[in-house]
Amino acid sequence: MTTTALPPLTKKDFQTDQEVRWCPGCGDYAILAAVQAVFPELGVPRENFVVVSGIGCSSRFPYYMNTYGFHSIHGRAPAVASGIKIAHPELEVWVATGDGDALAIGGNHTIHMLRRNVGIKVLLFNNRIYGLTKGQYSPTSEFHKITKSTPFGSPDHPFNPVSLAIGAEATFVARAVDVFQAHLKDTLKAAAAHKGSAFVEILQNCNIFNDGAWTGLTEKDTRSEHVMQLEHGKPLVFGKNRDKGIRRKSDGDIEVVPLGNGIAESDLVVHDAHHPRPSYAFLLSHMEHRPGFPTPIGVFRAWDDLPRYEDVINDQVREVIAKKGPGDLNRLLRAGDTWEVK
Amino acid sequence: MSTLMDVPAGKTKREVIDQAVIRFAGDSGDGMQITGSQFTNTVALYGNDIATFPDYPAEIRAPAGTVPGVSGFQLNFSSEEVHTPGDSIDVLIAMNPAALKVNVGDLKANGIAIINSDSFKESDLRKAHLTTNPLEDHSLDKFRVFPVELQRLTRSALQHLGLDAKAMDRCKNFFALGMCYWLYNRSMEPTVRWIDDKFKKKPLLAEANKLALKAGYSYCEATEAFQISYEIPPAQLSPGLYRNLSGNQALALGFVTAAKKAGLKLFLGSYPITPASDILHELSQYKDFGVLTFQAEDEIAAITSSIGASYAGCLAITSTSGPGMALKTEALGLAVMTELPLVICNIQRGGPSTGLPTKTEQADLLQALFGRNSEAPIPVLAAATPGDCFWIAVEASRIALKYMVPVIILSDGYLANGAEPWRIPSVEEIPGIPVRFATDPEGFLPYKRDPETLARPWAIPGTPGLEHRIGGLEKQDVTGNINYEPLNHEKMVRIRAAKIDAIVQDVPNVLPSGDPEGDLLLVSWGSTYGSITQAVKAERAKGRKLGHLHLRYLNPLPANLGDILKRYRKILVPELNMGQLLWVLRAKYLVDAVGLNKIQGRPFKQNELEQKIEELLGRQEAR
Repeated sequence: MTTTALPPLTKKDFQTDQEVRWCPGCGDYAILAAVQAVFPELGVPRENFVVVSGIGCSSRFPYYMNTYGFHSIHGRAPAVASGIKIAHPELEVWVATGDGDALAIGGNHTIHMLRRNVGIKVLLFNNRIYGLTKGQYSPTSEFHKITKSTPFGSPDHPFNPVSLAIGAEATFVARAVDVFQAHLKDTLKAAAAHKGSAFVEILQNCNIFNDGAWTGLTEKDTRSEHVMQLEHGKPLVFGKNRDKGIRRKSDGDIEVVPLGNGIAESDLVVHDAHHPRPSYAFLLSHMEHRPGFPTPIGVFRAWDDLPRYEDVINDQVREVIAKKGPGDLNRLLRAGDTWEVK
Repeated sequence: MSTLMDVPAGKTKREVIDQAVIRFAGDSGDGMQITGSQFTNTVALYGNDIATFPDYPAEIRAPAGTVPGVSGFQLNFSSEEVHTPGDSIDVLIAMNPAALKVNVGDLKANGIAIINSDSFKESDLRKAHLTTNPLEDHSLDKFRVFPVELQRLTRSALQHLGLDAKAMDRCKNFFALGMCYWLYNRSMEPTVRWIDDKFKKKPLLAEANKLALKAGYSYCEATEAFQISYEIPPAQLSPGLYRNLSGNQALALGFVTAAKKAGLKLFLGSYPITPASDILHELSQYKDFGVLTFQAEDEIAAITSSIGASYAGCLAITSTSGPGMALKTEALGLAVMTELPLVICNIQRGGPSTGLPTKTEQADLLQALFGRNSEAPIPVLAAATPGDCFWIAVEASRIALKYMVPVIILSDGYLANGAEPWRIPSVEEIPGIPVRFATDPEGFLPYKRDPETLARPWAIPGTPGLEHRIGGLEKQDVTGNINYEPLNHEKMVRIRAAKIDAIVQDVPNVLPSGDPEGDLLLVSWGSTYGSITQAVKAERAKGRKLGHLHLRYLNPLPANLGDILKRYRKILVPELNMGQLLWVLRAKYLVDAVGLNKIQGRPFKQNELEQKIEELLGRQEAR
């Protein structure tokens, strides 16, 4: 794609005249602001952006982005986006989706898009609740959660979206938080730089139906104890005073260790986001479910050596044409055995 | 060894006839579909008109030798025009007792049964649930029965090649085919060429199959098994270059042609389903035409990816059958709402639910017309013959692109797998399909319509200055912004309906074949075309005043249909369903039409139609 001779784009170029209709205080505003801030920096002409969504609060997103946009049907955004991307690989296709849209009704499309490595960026807004239908539990709601549809507590065990994406062998998997703006923007930029499928779970508050969805992670005084920021090539450290870390055990598992008393950062696991195999990233993605372990945010996995699906498909076309020449329709219609009636 | 031409007269008689129906039947592993297709190809190349009916079980390999495992391939070939595979058969090739049991009921009295006698051991009979051996119990007395040791004879022809018994036995269908070529005085040349191509990389198997074929031919020649052979001269088809074509192949070629004519990339999103998968198989081969095929994770992704590709500027299509159609329903509504061009092929099969996957039915008409939530009209076209599938694909694409709408094509298992000689058009004689993408930002609005077609502009991503949003929520007229106002909604519902109605300007007026007015009009659609044409011809020959109207456009219906219905005293609507077109015609035109309804997973037989016509008009009325 060409970027020459274009005036630099600004955040304003990506805002629409549509009135934004999320509830006041919704985490979606922060995500919208971050995306609108990041898009102008990507060096992509505005007309090459396509934002695709399904159904849900998050899926209103395309209406507020002054790009090409497609507000599709519930759960199907990855499939609509795949069609667009296969048809025109040069387009920059982003999907805005939610925990219900991407993991319940659209779970199938999500995992298949990821395993194919279609070069689409997926932003999964995870507020652990159904907002647009007014408060039922979602596939990421906690076990036993009381909601409108589970007055006696949810009987479902939740999905961990990052684990699911890594399990589908997504080549880029990251987690960000709506209120950590700078980190969110950096994560979006990293996703944009990835050629293959990029999956970003964005922890997001729903102040109407699930207020405090991520309180433990976002409160100023507690967050550094509960959140661990991943950085490629850096040791896994967390804690208010950066005094805890993650160490490999001899059996291959990991443990939380206090730093000091003979344990140094050099004893800790050094984050390797670029490892071709997903097992290490999967291990990281699961630690938050264990007592005493932090919730990692940042890029879990960014391995970009897998060919993109749309390139494979379009390369097949190019290769066949290079070998056989462009198809001759008259010849095709006359293929096989023919006979003349006079 | 003597050649055909100098067989002494009197020993083997050669009779010239105008038509024959032959059916190959065996286990689904016996290669009956290949055998039938080879015979078909050969007689088609010779110039006979043909109609075929492959009939195979839903199970890939039901237990060998059992009744559910029987696979059949029927061919009607003639020196005259043929429209159906034929009601009853002249020659049956039965590879085992089960195949004989299932098919012998359709064999004409004095018809020829070529039976593989090597497979009539007691265990074989038991598998077919036969208590006595039909070769011995006189149940076949009214037929000319030719028991042939196909297995032994094939093995002895191939024994010097060093193949194992299993590999040799797999050639016995070609031995039978060789016999049929002798019986009908046909050249083995086209099949020899096919074998050479098919087994290019396995010369030993090529050799084995060719030897088996020739052995079957020579066997007839040497043993004078049949005493008689037949000659069916070429048919007088309209001049041109012909090939043999099945409905699914024809759809695939039609879409490649439409894309080329429109100057667009072709995108197919599809999920494998019987009997539609061949469209995916065919199109996945045409990479040199830039065709993009996407085997999606499910039926929903198949259509929604196509909608995405359409949004991005492709001629986008999706192919499926009834159960898949049901899954695509919500996405069809999205295509209606976003007003994007899309062609959906429903290759109907017996239903409901999984139903009869490999059998034919036309019970998805009302689903195509109405099967969506709310007011979501979609144009519906139906192909009449395998070759017509080509033209329907081109026409559906043209309507979709001209009016910016999804279009449904109804075909069925019978058309999909059946084949007929198809006159090959030259690409130049097919009209172009003009497509204009919006490019000018000046005054651009995503739902500002063309006054004639009511089509909205097609503004594809990548076009500077036309950034806009579409989706499934109700649109404001002209701007396309989300809008929930009551009057706007009603207006948009009416516009979407008016847009489909306006397509009638492209629907040719229909002319009934047969009598332009009279006692009875038969109205039909889809794959029943052939058998109804044949039945009407036969009944008119008896002096009845009949007309036949076959509809290719089911929504919108032709503008003059109502007038034509008034010209006949009675109206008969034969359908392979419970009366769906009948329901539409009665509702829309307030006519007292009656139906002839068959729901057996099989096409109409000519005599079933003739009986109904006679029942309606009375036998005495025949003049």
